Amino acid sequence: MTIEIKTTSVEPIRNTYSAIARRFGDKPATRYQEASFDIEAKTNFHYRPLWDPKRTLNDPSRTAMQMDDWYAVTDPRQFFYGAYVGNRAKMQEAAESNFGFCDKRNLLTRLPEETQHQLLRLLVPLRHVELGANMNNSKIAGDAIATTVAQMHMFAATDRLGIGQYLSRIALLLDGSTGKALDESKTFWMDDELWQPMRKLVEDMLVIDDWFELTLVQNVLLDGLMYPLIYDRMDAWLGEQGAEDVSLLTEFQRDWFKESLRWTNAMTKTVVGESEGNREQLQIWVTQWEPRAYEALKPIAQATTGLDALDEIRAELSVRLKKVGLESTGVQA
Amino acid sequence: MAIKNKKLNLKDKYQYLTRDMAWEPTYQKKEDIYPDEQFEGIKITDWSQWEDPFRLTMDAYWKYQAEKEKKLYAIFDAFAQNNGHQNITDARYVNALKLFLSGVSPLEYAAFQGYARVGRQFSGAGARVACQLQAIDELRHSQTQQHAMSHYNKHFNGLHDAAHQHDRIWFLSVPKSFFDDARSAGPFEFLTAISFSFEYVLTNLLFVPFMSGAAYNGDMATVTFGFSAQSDEARHMTLGLEVIKFILEQHEDNVPIIQRWIDKWFWRGFRLLSLVGMMMDYMLPNKVMSWAEAWEVYYEQNGGALFKDLERYGIRPPKYQDVANAAKNHVSHQAWGTFYQYSQATNFHTWMPEEEEMTWLSEKYPETFDKYYRARFEHWDKEQKEGRRFYNNTLPQLCQVCQIPVIFTEKDDPSVFSHRQIKHEGERYHFCSDGCCDIFKNEPEKYIQAWLPVHQIYQGNCGGADVATVVEKYYHINLGVDNMEYHGSPDHQRWLDIKGLKPLQSNSEKKTAA
Amino acid sequence: MSQKVFIAFQDNDNARYLVEAVMQDNPEAEVQHQPAMIRIEAEKRLVINRATMEETLGREWDVQEMLIDVISIGGNVDEDDDHFILQWN
Repeated sequence: MTIEIKTTSVEPIRNTYSAIARRFGDKPATRYQEASFDIEAKTNFHYRPLWDPKRTLNDPSRTAMQMDDWYAVTDPRQFFYGAYVGNRAKMQEAAESNFGFCDKRNLLTRLPEETQHQLLRLLVPLRHVELGANMNNSKIAGDAIATTVAQMHMFAATDRLGIGQYLSRIALLLDGSTGKALDESKTFWMDDELWQPMRKLVEDMLVIDDWFELTLVQNVLLDGLMYPLIYDRMDAWLGEQGAEDVSLLTEFQRDWFKESLRWTNAMTKTVVGESEGNREQLQIWVTQWEPRAYEALKPIAQATTGLDALDEIRAELSVRLKKVGLESTGVQA
Repeated sequence: MAIKNKKLNLKDKYQYLTRDMAWEPTYQKKEDIYPDEQFEGIKITDWSQWEDPFRLTMDAYWKYQAEKEKKLYAIFDAFAQNNGHQNITDARYVNALKLFLSGVSPLEYAAFQGYARVGRQFSGAGARVACQLQAIDELRHSQTQQHAMSHYNKHFNGLHDAAHQHDRIWFLSVPKSFFDDARSAGPFEFLTAISFSFEYVLTNLLFVPFMSGAAYNGDMATVTFGFSAQSDEARHMTLGLEVIKFILEQHEDNVPIIQRWIDKWFWRGFRLLSLVGMMMDYMLPNKVMSWAEAWEVYYEQNGGALFKDLERYGIRPPKYQDVANAAKNHVSHQAWGTFYQYSQATNFHTWMPEEEEMTWLSEKYPETFDKYYRARFEHWDKEQKEGRRFYNNTLPQLCQVCQIPVIFTEKDDPSVFSHRQIKHEGERYHFCSDGCCDIFKNEPEKYIQAWLPVHQIYQGNCGGADVATVVEKYYHINLGVDNMEYHGSPDHQRWLDIKGLKPLQSNSEKKTAA
Repeated sequence: MSQKVFIAFQDNDNARYLVEAVMQDNPEAEVQHQPAMIRIEAEKRLVINRATMEETLGREWDVQEMLIDVISIGGNVDEDDDHFILQWN
């Protein structure tokens, strides 16, 4: 049979899905667009949740933030699942090679006992903070009501699990994979005075109900102070202690934080910019939580970089917040 | 670290890299951190007994998943660039994809939301992590499905507004209410519903038919995403079985609760799968296996082995399993017969099987097809060919629980519709079966809330009173373009055009719905 | 009543090695070729050994690599560094 293909039948009859065309016009859409906009159920939910009978499923009132359209919050990185795992696969390849290098050359076990002890006391306990961040972001992914928002938090949830695992592996390198060093490190998290303000903060965050408050506190305020303090300043300080090789094992976190600034800044800016009401409520939360994040990191700064470093970082965060119309108190920026 | 203990094995190492990051809180109360863990009455005495269903750390997850995605998107690109839609067996096949994209893909997304939520709720970190990985996998599935169908949407009608339609179209409330039911339940019921009953017991009946169907009908894009998604599914199924065993082992008081959930979710899943049954038997131009055969392999045989395994916990096979087993010879015909009549209100085309397809159905269903269904189908076929395509303009009575019209018949008498009703607080409620009626009786306060599409139309909540207005304005269906009779439709015309064939004279279409 | 465990792989090149290794270790198992997939079932128990796979492939093999090609399974899973076992009790 000879098949004659007429050109008209090869021409598309539409360029994209209707929901995407309503937003962006009927033109070829990106994979990010087709995967991220309006695929979440919006209306006609059948049953009220037994766990929250006052609200429906996918209820916008699970946060005090009000948005005319939550899809206004988008990801500057344009991550949908495929783009996300592709990116992280590359990052993990680099991390794997660094861990392999340190392992092969015994770069950590060659460190003085005291430095090894410092890693277990000052760095490795952050794995628990990461698990808290993982839980918080998973909650947000479940509560947020637009895919563009929900997926960024899901990616953050798995990222934080991964970062917790990388931190744990530092201890496994130190003890030759017996688990002994992790057991020791956990006692610092549970009992060492230095960690208690942080542990209290993390536990307090686990009972925050409003998901946008939670993303602000976790992904903007705490991370905004913690990542620069730990992975820049404390990293440099460790270098001064002769442990510059540790840097290789935390490179993932540095790259990750730099990247995360893109979406956290964009998200905050959009939500603040939506209304004065949003801005006011966010300002209340910043005023309430930013000092707590600072206090939680204070003992760690004091034990390592000195408080000046933390104050500088605090000022940087203040500048960052100012750019989106929020102010943090307690800083002479 | 001078003293070295024994090196950790894979299992212990994985525990250090997941649940060991958790700790016993002291600044906040556990019940405040995990407020939803108690209210269902499930007793967990020791989370440390949790067996991780798989041991995938994030680095390995990123690596393997990126590899899968790379392969998948390479094929999507090739498929689109080569106009792969022209290589399918027949354009009727695309209607299976319309059903999938509007009926199944939104469930993947709902699963993502559900697992993200329970991935926060359990106080056992091992269980949380397993749920979170499933959450992100489900997000993957919902997104790769959008991408796989993207090219089809450009060349066929009816795929263009799936998520909007999932929230509104009458029969899509069947899958939607299924997942809403699970998501609005507590975390343990959610896992019993989705991880165990759906993923472990029934998912093979959803995916294998769709994907094998795609493979048999030249649909490269769907085969590829389907099998790629299924490779995640193997992990999800393992989670489903581990969850059930864990809960049952924790406390004997859990057994009756779990049994009630298994009964409920088996029945809801079985009803939901009627849509898949009709897809397999009627919508695939090249047939893979019959619905009855699939049910025998994937439920009767595999499910039988599973429930035998669970006997030791005091769990018996689901109630009304006998009704479901007997129904395997009927459901697909009854469902297709219904969708055929109401095709003016679906987002896909319907048609009557061609003669050789009727022969196949007679062979596969020797005891039922000729006896109960063939005559009616031949009559409708004749009517259509003579320009009197049959559409039913009365709105059907829906079951209060599964939301399928009351179209199924009694187990012992296929000539009698199965219909149950009860009064609850002065209101009368209708059901398709004892299975659905029991579900209602256990939780009436939940099911009286159901958003029943037919009631909603009558109450004026769907944009208008007549079918055409509801369908076009509220459902976003292009009447007669996206749906109704396949023969003579724009999709049909275009397909003939692609294949260089001329349309048959007799297949002129009349719109009778409006 | 018979209690079959099963595993299904995508029908691709990796699967040929997996099937070969599985059949070596489970001579009683039955291989079924279905559209785009290969299904192996066995009574009660099916084991995939890393050692056999490594011999079949002539290289190191991580049990988790299999996850890329698996479509479906039936049975309780027991997985460690050296094997992947499906079984019914």
